[in-house]
Amino acid sequence: MAEWICRTLRDGGLEGEHAPALTINDTISTSPLGSFVFDHILSHLSSFILSQKSQSKGIVLVAMSRSPLYYEQLLKSKGFDIASSSAWFKVLDCYTDPLGWKSKLMESGSIWNLSPGSSVTVNLCKNVKDLDELWSSILELGKEYSADGKGRFVVAIDSVSEMLRHTPVSSVTALLSNLRSHEENTIITCLILEILCSPETTNSRGCRVQLTPNLLPEASRSGEAPTIQPVDEQRVNSERRGKFRVRVKRRNGRVRMMFEELYVEKSGIKFMPVSSKDEIIAQSLVPKVQFNLELSEKERNDRAKVVLPFEHQGNGKNVEIYDGRKSQSEGKDEMQDTSVEKAKNEFHVSRNVGHELELLQDKNNLKKRADDDKDKDEDL
Amino acid sequence: MTSAPPLNLLDEALGFLSGGGGGGGRMILVEDCVETTGAFILHHLLKRSLSPHSSDVVVFLSFAHPFSHYDRILRKMGCNLVMQRDNKRLLFFDMLMLDRLDRDKGKTSADLLLALYGKVQKAVEVCSSPVDTRRITIIIDDVSLMEVDANGSTNLVLDFLHYCCSLTAQFGCSLITLNHDDVYSTMDRPTLLLQLEYLADVVIKVEPLVTGPATDVHGQLTVLNKGLQDGPGKSRNKVNNFQFRIKDSFVEYFYPGNRS
Repeated sequence: MAEWICRTLRDGGLEGEHAPALTINDTISTSPLGSFVFDHILSHLSSFILSQKSQSKGIVLVAMSRSPLYYEQLLKSKGFDIASSSAWFKVLDCYTDPLGWKSKLMESGSIWNLSPGSSVTVNLCKNVKDLDELWSSILELGKEYSADGKGRFVVAIDSVSEMLRHTPVSSVTALLSNLRSHEENTIITCLILEILCSPETTNSRGCRVQLTPNLLPEASRSGEAPTIQPVDEQRVNSERRGKFRVRVKRRNGRVRMMFEELYVEKSGIKFMPVSSKDEIIAQSLVPKVQFNLELSEKERNDRAKVVLPFEHQGNGKNVEIYDGRKSQSEGKDEMQDTSVEKAKNEFHVSRNVGHELELLQDKNNLKKRADDDKDKDEDL
Repeated sequence: MTSAPPLNLLDEALGFLSGGGGGGGRMILVEDCVETTGAFILHHLLKRSLSPHSSDVVVFLSFAHPFSHYDRILRKMGCNLVMQRDNKRLLFFDMLMLDRLDRDKGKTSADLLLALYGKVQKAVEVCSSPVDTRRITIIIDDVSLMEVDANGSTNLVLDFLHYCCSLTAQFGCSLITLNHDDVYSTMDRPTLLLQLEYLADVVIKVEPLVTGPATDVHGQLTVLNKGLQDGPGKSRNKVNNFQFRIKDSFVEYFYPGNRS
């Protein structure tokens, strides 16, 4: 499913339509997982662009919550050549000096070093509160990818929550909307920490995006009591798993939900269909809770034999009201017949065995059954 | 040079190495409450950074207590802060004094925090050099009082902390902050607390025992280490739970039922 998301983003938008957009919603309990998914998609898009499979010529990364140095190391670890990365990867650094404090201090001579220390192409943004400037900086960087300045490019914002801390929701929404509707942009990938935004904030952006993966903590952890225990491997492993829920908004307005599990391993992040263990557990539970909507042949025959209260009325015979018991006269005859028959059989069996005691017991049973036939309310 | 101090459960949970290395370039958040203070963790980390076997430097921003308070505690633990300050290994910013003096000059909270950040970065730049391998640790005691000094402006405090965090990436120094969890207990969405938890690579929660006060166990620690890095995009979480007992000159850490 994550691969499908990457492919959708790779294919880009059609002429005259909004660019496909992806929002990753994260929470504190899953906070590193959201960043891992962001990194995963970013590196996939990078490889698509490098192999020229994508509409886009390059990526403009708006680094709000991580330093450009981090992204340089990320690309290095994925095997990309940093020396030639300026042709397809540029960073708008809103992390190092987002409010211009360092620039002011440098001007006054208090500090000397402002460089983020990264070798990827970095443009410094010194005022993240000015979204117009941010918008023009993104476009400027994007236009550098093609000679005529008209090629498509990917915009990736690593934390919208950080942006929302400095600017109102309406301004951020306007920026995202403008980016999507701009003809030269392909995609917006952004990370929103759900817990840090009000529900209205998340919703206001949710309506403007097409793909919204939500990260949920592992179900088994949700009800876990805060008990004290030495660290064990199982607990450590449980911290590295999460549920990946994707809400896809189609062009025709249809909303589709998909689920996957994600694991963080030493080799990187891994997406798995929600099957394996959960499905096995579900299968083992199935026979215990089984019920059929359709009846079997035997059940159908049995049902046909049930005498309903309105049957046998008006056909010349006595009116019979079926209330779960048989009519008294018929019942008595039948009961007597069966009692005698049973007594005979029991006597027969006992005589064969040759135990007088059993015979006595059978006679007692017979007497008891006869007593049972009396009206129970008679004693009252 | 003496040998490195032995590792206890807290050190191991924080990822320190027995040789004295590990734990650089990240943010550690200590969350405590009224019933169980987490100040002893700051003292422990301060002592560890200033241990004689290393040449690490500490930049200490104190919004809570004057220098003499820490000096008395650390002296009992076997660390002379006055000497470390004279040796330029401890740069102590007494915000109780500084703040008062600067406010008299009519400066706003934003001006004060900007100027303070300037001092912190200058100190970091002075102490760090490409040839020298000594690490720098910035300690803030405590964030909730910093918020009080910033006239309740959460955003301003977060801006300051963001800038301090940017130093961890730029210079590889560590940032350790203490915050009081229960200060925000009445708030529906405590932005400062949540943002700090998100920023931190390691979160240490100091809580009282669930079963109530006890004479030989003073509380429990939960250490969530988010930043066990196997490379970018390949980090993993680790949770450690254990109990502690604070004594005059040191703190005992042990698993429940394992106290000797």
